[in-house]
Amino acid sequence: MTDIAISGELPLPREPSYLGAGHTVSSWLATTDHKRIAILYAATITFFFFLGGIAISLVRLDLFTPAGDLLSDDTYNKLFTFHGVVMVWFFMVPSIPGTFGNFLLPLMIGARDVAFPKLNLFSWYLILAGGFCTLYALIAGGVDTGWTFYTPFSTMFSNTHVIAAALGVFIAGFSSIATGVNFIATTHMLRAPGMTWFRLPLFVWAIYATSLVMVLATPVLAVTLLLVIAERWLHLPIFNPDFGGDPLLFQHLFWFYSHPAVYIMVLPAMGVISEVVTCFARRRVFGYDFMVYAMVGIAVIGFFVWGHHMFVSGQSPYASIVFSFLSFIVAVPSAIKVFNWTATLYRGQIGFEAPMLYALGFLGLFTIGGLTGLFLASIPIDVHVTDTYFVVAHFHYIMVGGTVSAYFAGLHYWWPKITGRLYPDAWARFAAILMFFGFNFTFFPQFIVGYLGMPRRYHVYPPEFQVYNVLSSAGAFVLAAAYLLPPLYLTWSLIWGARAGRNPWNATGLEWKTSSPPPRENFAVLPHVEEAPYQYHPEGVAPEHGGENYRTQGDQT
Amino acid sequence: MLSVFMPVAASAQAVQTDRIYFVLLALSGAIILLVAALVLIFSIRYRRGSKAKRGALPSVMSREFEIGWTSATLFLALFIFWWVSSSQLSALVAPKNALEIHVVAKQWMWKTQHSNGAREINELHVPLDTPVRLVMTSEDVIHSFFVPAFRMKKDVLPGRYTETWFRATKLGVFHLFCAEYCGSEHSRMTGRIVVMKADGYARWLAAQPQGDGLAKTGETVFRARGCSGCHSKASKVHAPDLNGLYGRKVQLADGRTVTADEAYLRDSMLKPRQDVAAGFEPIMPSYAGILTDGEIISLTAYIRSLSGKEENRQ
Amino acid sequence: MIARATILRSPWKDLSRQHESATFGIWVFLASELLFFGSLLLLYTAYRVANPDVFIAAGRETDLWYGTVNTAVLMTSSLTMAVSAKAAEADMRRLTIWCLGATVALGLMFLVFKGFEYAEDIEKNLVPGANFALKQPAAQIFFALYWIMTAIHAIHLSIGLGLVGRLAISGALRRVQLRENPQVEVTALYWHLVDVIWIILYPLIYLMGRS
Repeated sequence: MTDIAISGELPLPREPSYLGAGHTVSSWLATTDHKRIAILYAATITFFFFLGGIAISLVRLDLFTPAGDLLSDDTYNKLFTFHGVVMVWFFMVPSIPGTFGNFLLPLMIGARDVAFPKLNLFSWYLILAGGFCTLYALIAGGVDTGWTFYTPFSTMFSNTHVIAAALGVFIAGFSSIATGVNFIATTHMLRAPGMTWFRLPLFVWAIYATSLVMVLATPVLAVTLLLVIAERWLHLPIFNPDFGGDPLLFQHLFWFYSHPAVYIMVLPAMGVISEVVTCFARRRVFGYDFMVYAMVGIAVIGFFVWGHHMFVSGQSPYASIVFSFLSFIVAVPSAIKVFNWTATLYRGQIGFEAPMLYALGFLGLFTIGGLTGLFLASIPIDVHVTDTYFVVAHFHYIMVGGTVSAYFAGLHYWWPKITGRLYPDAWARFAAILMFFGFNFTFFPQFIVGYLGMPRRYHVYPPEFQVYNVLSSAGAFVLAAAYLLPPLYLTWSLIWGARAGRNPWNATGLEWKTSSPPPRENFAVLPHVEEAPYQYHPEGVAPEHGGENYRTQGDQT
Repeated sequence: MLSVFMPVAASAQAVQTDRIYFVLLALSGAIILLVAALVLIFSIRYRRGSKAKRGALPSVMSREFEIGWTSATLFLALFIFWWVSSSQLSALVAPKNALEIHVVAKQWMWKTQHSNGAREINELHVPLDTPVRLVMTSEDVIHSFFVPAFRMKKDVLPGRYTETWFRATKLGVFHLFCAEYCGSEHSRMTGRIVVMKADGYARWLAAQPQGDGLAKTGETVFRARGCSGCHSKASKVHAPDLNGLYGRKVQLADGRTVTADEAYLRDSMLKPRQDVAAGFEPIMPSYAGILTDGEIISLTAYIRSLSGKEENRQ
Repeated sequence: MIARATILRSPWKDLSRQHESATFGIWVFLASELLFFGSLLLLYTAYRVANPDVFIAAGRETDLWYGTVNTAVLMTSSLTMAVSAKAAEADMRRLTIWCLGATVALGLMFLVFKGFEYAEDIEKNLVPGANFALKQPAAQIFFALYWIMTAIHAIHLSIGLGLVGRLAISGALRRVQLRENPQVEVTALYWHLVDVIWIILYPLIYLMGRS
């Protein structure tokens, strides 16, 4: 089982798949198999996604009318806080790394598991523990500070369960750090023979860059939350102005993590898109090296732009200029990636299966989101639109239009590998298109109403903003309907879907060389890598057909 | 028509902000159209099985090309940054003849005060075409003073002053919003900015009840807290004379020169050892924990009034 | 002789690679701890720069004796931990276990002294709140940071005691071999971090205003 062989055609494993290796509850809850842990993560983040979604559905329902007659002020404030906390830390941050990172990293590098399998399981339990703590805060009455926990409101004025919520996020942060350490060590130490750094799939590079950010940024969040808890619970003055404390220091500490956090949320998505676009355009990625440098560049520069969240906070205007400058710089590597994905389509053999529809949607939506980042990096504009719906639209275009699209792209791309089943592509395409339209309906009006001056976190608003709110809320319900579709047809596929062969998309990548689903040990024989990734066609020659032996779903070998 | 997408531009800054906005909009529009067009065209032209030529990939798509478009993007980003920011630094400081308004934010209302003591709640009357400087502080949590029509926003913090300024260029009544989440009634913490013609403003101001005036309250605090024990002509203690101090340059013991503004006065009360005036011993005790924020504000107003700033607008 | 297989675990095929990976992993984790304590120290620095006199005056209220004795104790424990790690490498089993035990003992001593120091601080009304001993408000920030930083350090130290203790007991009971065991180096590196953090905290807490 430990011999290595030439890559190309690996013998199919004869062992049962990882899904069949043990059917008891404890075989799942005490597993150290990275693939099972990925499934545990998938279930957890899906649960939190729908919880956060229900919260914001109530918010958008209330926003149909300016007077806010559905909910009380306090309930409204608790709902948007819950939405933010849950979506950021219990969905977005762990989603792609926890599910696809976990499942695919060892497979893509030709390893049998991650470097520290028990730590991996512990990471999941940490997310669960943090989640329970946060749910407790909700059930006990909620938190109303906003996901940003600004002081002194959170430490001295809020009458809600701030400590429980902060503790929940604190615990979840350790999950992030543990996962990051694990993935970094795995990438360094467990690559198969011949898998050099510059032969790694871009998804691996994306997870690696994300892990660097997770390890270095999350500790600062931990400290920040600890200080908030200490001030609130033990009345130790840290940010309290009555003692000379500075609320701005909280903001610096908070955003020092929270800006890199958005790159934690988007880098893995970029990795997924690279995998999907290459496969469904049947093309080698354009500019592999620059794609790698861009991701690492985003990870590094992303640590130095946090002050762009504080242009109107009272921070020094000279500091603001520096942060504005760096924020313009950080846009460049993302732009390069968009160019390169577009160029990858050139002279391809493009198919429009569901994963590709999500990826194409990502290209448009991420570009819009990223461009609006330039608006926000410009101080005069930011002074006007910060803390308005313009910012809300900006980050949702990237987080939802970008990352969530990529999550669905990855889900549909790797579903056959993970479950061994094929889903009905027609339904999947319909859901993807519905999502795209629902999304734009929801969030594009928010750019407009934001520039018009509607502040965010507003329960009631002036009547002249109503038309945009109605559009946005209507769109939100279309989007919600679209989100309900994948759970339905994907669950259907688990029972009635056709069985997938080892490589239904005829994709490159080591994960496609083993069975669908893979066995516990991933490979019957560990691969020896001899070539660069994305070998969809010979170098310098675009593919004449949809790839040699290219078939869509239905590969039964 | 534009008002569907844009609020009215009622300040000098608004015009500049909107100009930048339109340029960025045009640029972004061009870029997104380019990307969308390319994606669409490639998707159609190079759909699987289409007759379009594939074959040898053109050699122009090479390393130099990549470096080229990376550099172009970087240059564009730097250029936009420079263009956007070049107006920024000069707009930082309010003109010297700006009208001063004190703003105090608290959950969930705005209290504004004109220099003659006239007070308003959730409203601010200002004259047209006159620079107005807002000196703001909060009594509790962080709020944010946001006037969309002026394209102006500044956070208001407890325990310190923040400042911003504007010059209204249109008559009318404009929204004032709180733009930093501050608790239950954050979205109800709104108000009106009323821009009037200069003479109308003067008449309005004269008609306001003077009330105690902040400076008068400050004078009372000055005596009650014992400040006059050192800072008066009758005192035997060698302490700086506060008459005419406000707005003047002060030479410090460590050689630096600072301007005696609100922040300086506040720090002098709370951290007197920090900026000791030249020629004086560091013997002033700190009033941190003794003076409330409100008292500090009124003392500051009183000391300002000792510089004759009310009568003398020069 | 204990089989090497008991410490070799999936997905590793050879122990030296697993060892390398464990060492690599703990260094990556230490990088995160650097950011963790670094941000706390940066906060401290910001407040120190803003309130130099008050911080110096407040710093004089800490107990220099306890602080210095604890520093000596902790640095000695780092020595015993280092000896233990080297002894494990050289397969000197008894020395390894004795030194691990000494490390635990010294660590516990640190915590005991810290406990006494805390009790004294509470008696001297150095807990921020209504009865706080010093007049200047910013002194309460100094002490808020004192309590928080030393408590977090103590928690890290306690975790370290758990790690060292567990290794000592497993080794003593011959449940695992200590030679070539990746856990020894991992534990040692973690313990040294705890020591280094204290070395940085010590001057900031105890040597302010005492030059």
